[in-house]
Amino acid sequence: MSSSNRWRRFTEWEERPLGLDRFAVEDAENGFSVFKSPYDPEPAIEIEDGKLVSMDGRKLADFDIIDMFIARHHLDLDAAERAMGMESAAIARMLVDINVPRAELESLARGMTPAKLADVVSRLSALEIAFAYSKMRQRHAPGNQAHVTNAKDDPVQLAADAATAVALGFDEIETTMRVAGNAWSNALACTVGAAVGRGGVLFQCSIEEAEELQIGFAGFASYAETVSVYGTERAFIDGDDTPWSKAFLTAAYASRGIKARCTSGAAAELLMGFHEKRSLLYLEARCLCLQRAMGVQGTQNGGIDGAPLTASMAGGVRELMAENLLAVWLGLECASGNDTRISESEIRVGAKITPYLMAGSDLICSGFGSIKKYDNSFNASLFNGEEVEDYLALQRDFEVDGGLRPVSEDQILGLRVRATEALAAVLQELGLADVTQAMRSSVVFASGSDETASFSAGQASEISAKIKDHGLTALDVVKALAKQGFREEAENLIFMLRQRVSGDYLQTSAIIRDGRVMSAVNTPNDYQGPGTGYRMTPERWQQVRNIRGTLSRAAVLAAESTGRVDGHPPFRLQSTGPARQGNDPREVVIGVSPAFAERLHQTTAGHPLSDVIRTLTAGIEEGGGIARIVRILHTADTSFLGLTAAKLAGSGIGIGIQAKGTAVIHQADRLPHLNLELFSNAPLISLDHYRAFGRNAAGYARGERPEPVIVPVRGEALGARFHVRVALLYALETELVDPGAKPVDVVAEFGGASA
Amino acid sequence: MNETRKTIYPLSERDPDNVRTATGLSLTDMTLDAVIKGKVTASDVAITPETLRLQAEVARSAGRDRLALNLERAAELARVPQEVLMSTYELLRPGRTESSHALRERARALREQFGAIQIAGFLEEAADAYDARGLFSRRY
Repeated sequence: MSSSNRWRRFTEWEERPLGLDRFAVEDAENGFSVFKSPYDPEPAIEIEDGKLVSMDGRKLADFDIIDMFIARHHLDLDAAERAMGMESAAIARMLVDINVPRAELESLARGMTPAKLADVVSRLSALEIAFAYSKMRQRHAPGNQAHVTNAKDDPVQLAADAATAVALGFDEIETTMRVAGNAWSNALACTVGAAVGRGGVLFQCSIEEAEELQIGFAGFASYAETVSVYGTERAFIDGDDTPWSKAFLTAAYASRGIKARCTSGAAAELLMGFHEKRSLLYLEARCLCLQRAMGVQGTQNGGIDGAPLTASMAGGVRELMAENLLAVWLGLECASGNDTRISESEIRVGAKITPYLMAGSDLICSGFGSIKKYDNSFNASLFNGEEVEDYLALQRDFEVDGGLRPVSEDQILGLRVRATEALAAVLQELGLADVTQAMRSSVVFASGSDETASFSAGQASEISAKIKDHGLTALDVVKALAKQGFREEAENLIFMLRQRVSGDYLQTSAIIRDGRVMSAVNTPNDYQGPGTGYRMTPERWQQVRNIRGTLSRAAVLAAESTGRVDGHPPFRLQSTGPARQGNDPREVVIGVSPAFAERLHQTTAGHPLSDVIRTLTAGIEEGGGIARIVRILHTADTSFLGLTAAKLAGSGIGIGIQAKGTAVIHQADRLPHLNLELFSNAPLISLDHYRAFGRNAAGYARGERPEPVIVPVRGEALGARFHVRVALLYALETELVDPGAKPVDVVAEFGGASA
Repeated sequence: MNETRKTIYPLSERDPDNVRTATGLSLTDMTLDAVIKGKVTASDVAITPETLRLQAEVARSAGRDRLALNLERAAELARVPQEVLMSTYELLRPGRTESSHALRERARALREQFGAIQIAGFLEEAADAYDARGLFSRRY
C-alpha cells in the first residue's frame, strides 16, 4: 500500500485498462485539431463565365493535385452556385430532417467543396450525426465485414475460421498475411472456407496492389479495399500514388470484375507527417470528395489506422462519425471503420460501436476480428473473436441488426470439420500439400493458432509458391472440390464466379445474401422517418435474439421439478397441523415461504434447502435457542414471513426465509420493514452465514445485541446473473400464496428421518 | 437520366442469358458440370467490356454518374493485358519517369491499340497535372 500523500483511488484508476490509453492535447500548429483548425480555409467558390476560378480560398493556379482532381471530377459547377450559397446551418438541418430525401442532399453535396462539407457536418452533435447517417447510408440492410487471419498463416485454420465467419453472418471477409509471400495460400484457403455453409460471401486478400490484382484475376478474391487516398499532396506522394494512379487502379479492379473501395481516415496525414496544420475533418473531406471524383463505389473510412490517434483527441470519436457521414452523403458505400481497437477500455469500445449499431451501416466494421486478437494480422480490432458474444448481446439489447447472428456449437463444429476436410481435399487434389487427420483435428477444436498443430508460416510459403507457380485459378479449386465430393462447396464457388462475370457486385454497396445481390441500386436505403427504412423481419429478429444463455421458464422449472437436489436425500417439511403460539422464551421460529421445499428445493446460491434448515437450526441451538419451523401460506414476502414467524415465537424472535434463500430476522413488536437483520443477496449467502444468522436470532431471543452478520458484496451484477431465475422462481412462491391460509407447524424430514 | 436501365439489374437475376463471357458462354452455361467437363476456361471467368458498359448504364440510371464513368474506363481496360495494366499503373505513380513523355506515349498506345479513349484522356490529364506540380522527378 502506498504511503504517498494521495487519494488512493487515483492509483486504482491508473491500474484500470483505461489507464493505458493516452489522450492528446489540441494543438493545431502540430496537426492536432479535430473539427476546425485556424489553418483550414473558409468554404468558398468563385466561378466566372462558367469556369472555376478558386475553391476554398485557393486560386486555380495554386491548386495541388488533390484540388485539381476534386475541381475536375467532383465539383458539379451547376450545383455549386446553389449549394455554396446556402447557409451551412440550413444544410445541417436538412441532413436530420426526415422530410428532405437522401437524393436531394446527395445532389447538393456534388456542388460542395471540402471545406463546405466539413463546415456543415461540424454543426451536428454526435446524436444528430448518427441520425443523419441512418438516413444517408446507401444500402437498405446493414452488413458487416470480418478479418480472417492467423499468426501462422496456417491455411487449414484459415479455412475453418472463414467458414465460421460466414456462419456468423459476415458479408465480407478480409485476410492478410504475416509473411507477404503467403498471399496465394491465404487467398485459396479463405476462398475454400468461405464456400462452406451458406456461401456467397465477398472475399479479399489484402496485399500490395499488383499481387492483389493477380490474385483477384485468378478468382481468389472478389473485392479490394486497400486503395488508400490522402488529404494532402505530400502525404499522397509519400504514399507513392496520385489521385490519377488510384483512380486508374479502381478502374483496373473493375475491369477484372473485382469490387473496390478506397481507404481513407482521419489522422493518416498526421501519422505520415504531412498534415499542413489542417483539421482532421477538413483533410478527410478532401479525401472523400476525391473518392467520389474517382468513381469508386465506396470507401473504408472512419479513422482506420488513424482511429486510435483520432480517438485520443477531444471530440475525436464524434469526428470519426462525422467523416463516415460525409462518405455516405457523397453517395459512397461506407465500411465504417470500427476496426482498429481505439482503446484498452472495454467501456470505450462498447460505446464506440453503439451509434453504428443504432444507425446501421453498409459494413459496420471494416474488419471485425472474427479470430482472436493475437491471430489478427491487421492488429486487434475494435471487436474480436473474444467479444463476438458481447456484440451479439448488444444487437439483442437495442433490437438492432449489426449483421451477425448467433450460431450453435453443433453447427460451428460441423462447419469447421467440413471446411478443414474441404481444404485438405483441395490441397491434396492440386498436389499442394498433405493434411493429416491430426492437423485437421487440432484446428477444428482450436480457438486460436496457439492451440493448433498444423502448418507453419514457412510451410504455407511453399504452398503459396506452388499455387502461384502452377498458375492455379478458382476454376481448378472448383474442379478439385467437385472431384473430392465437395459438390455443394464447388457450387458455391462457381456461383461467385458467375457473379463476377455479371459485374452485379460492382454497384454501390453490393453484397450477396442467400444467393442474391443486394446493392444501393436494387435495395436502396429508403429511411424517411418512423416506420420506414430497414427493420428486422420477424424471422431475422428471432435469429438475432436467440443468443446463448437465455433461460426459458420451462428450463428453469425443469431444474426444480424433481423435488430433489442432485446428490442429496429427499427432503420435505411435513405439516403437523395449525401453527401454535409458542411460549418458551428461548424459542425462535423459522417461518418458511409457501414453495419452500414444496415446489422449490435450493437457494439461488445452490444450497439444498435441507442444508439451509439444518444450519439455521444448528445456529439457533448453538446460540442457546430452540428452533421451531412453521410454514407460512398467506405471504411470500420476506418481511412478513419474518414478522409472522416472530409473532408465533415464544421469544418474539423469528426468521423469515424464502426458498430462493433471502432471509430476515424479525421481532414481534417491530414494524414490518424495520427488521433486525436481512440477508438480501441470496446468491452470495453461504451456509456459514445461515448458521451465524441462526446464532444471532437466538442471541436476540436472549435479549442480547449480537454483531449483525454481514454478507460481503463485491459489486457483482447480481441482477444480471440471477434475476431471470429469481423472477421465474418467485412466481412459483406467489402462485402458492393463499391470503386466507393460516401458518402450519411442520417437521423436517431429512431423507426419511425427521429432525 | 434513363431510369429504365435500372430495371435490368441485377443482370445475374434479371437477364442471365444475355450476360456473356469472353468466349460467348452465358451465365446459365456456367454450371458446375460445364466446369468439370472443361467447357469453362479461365478466360470465361472474366467480365467483358460489354457487361461493364451495361453496369455503367445501370449506375448512371441510378444517379451515380461518377461510378458510371469509372465502369466505362474499366470497360476500356477489360481487354488490356495484365502486364500493360500494371506498367500503366506504374507510370502513373509519382516520380517514375523524368518527364511526361512516357505517360503520354502510353496514352497514345492505349487509344490506338485498345480504343481506350477515356483512359487515354485520363492519362493525358494526369500528365498535365504532374507537369504542373513537378511530379516528374525520380523517387528512386
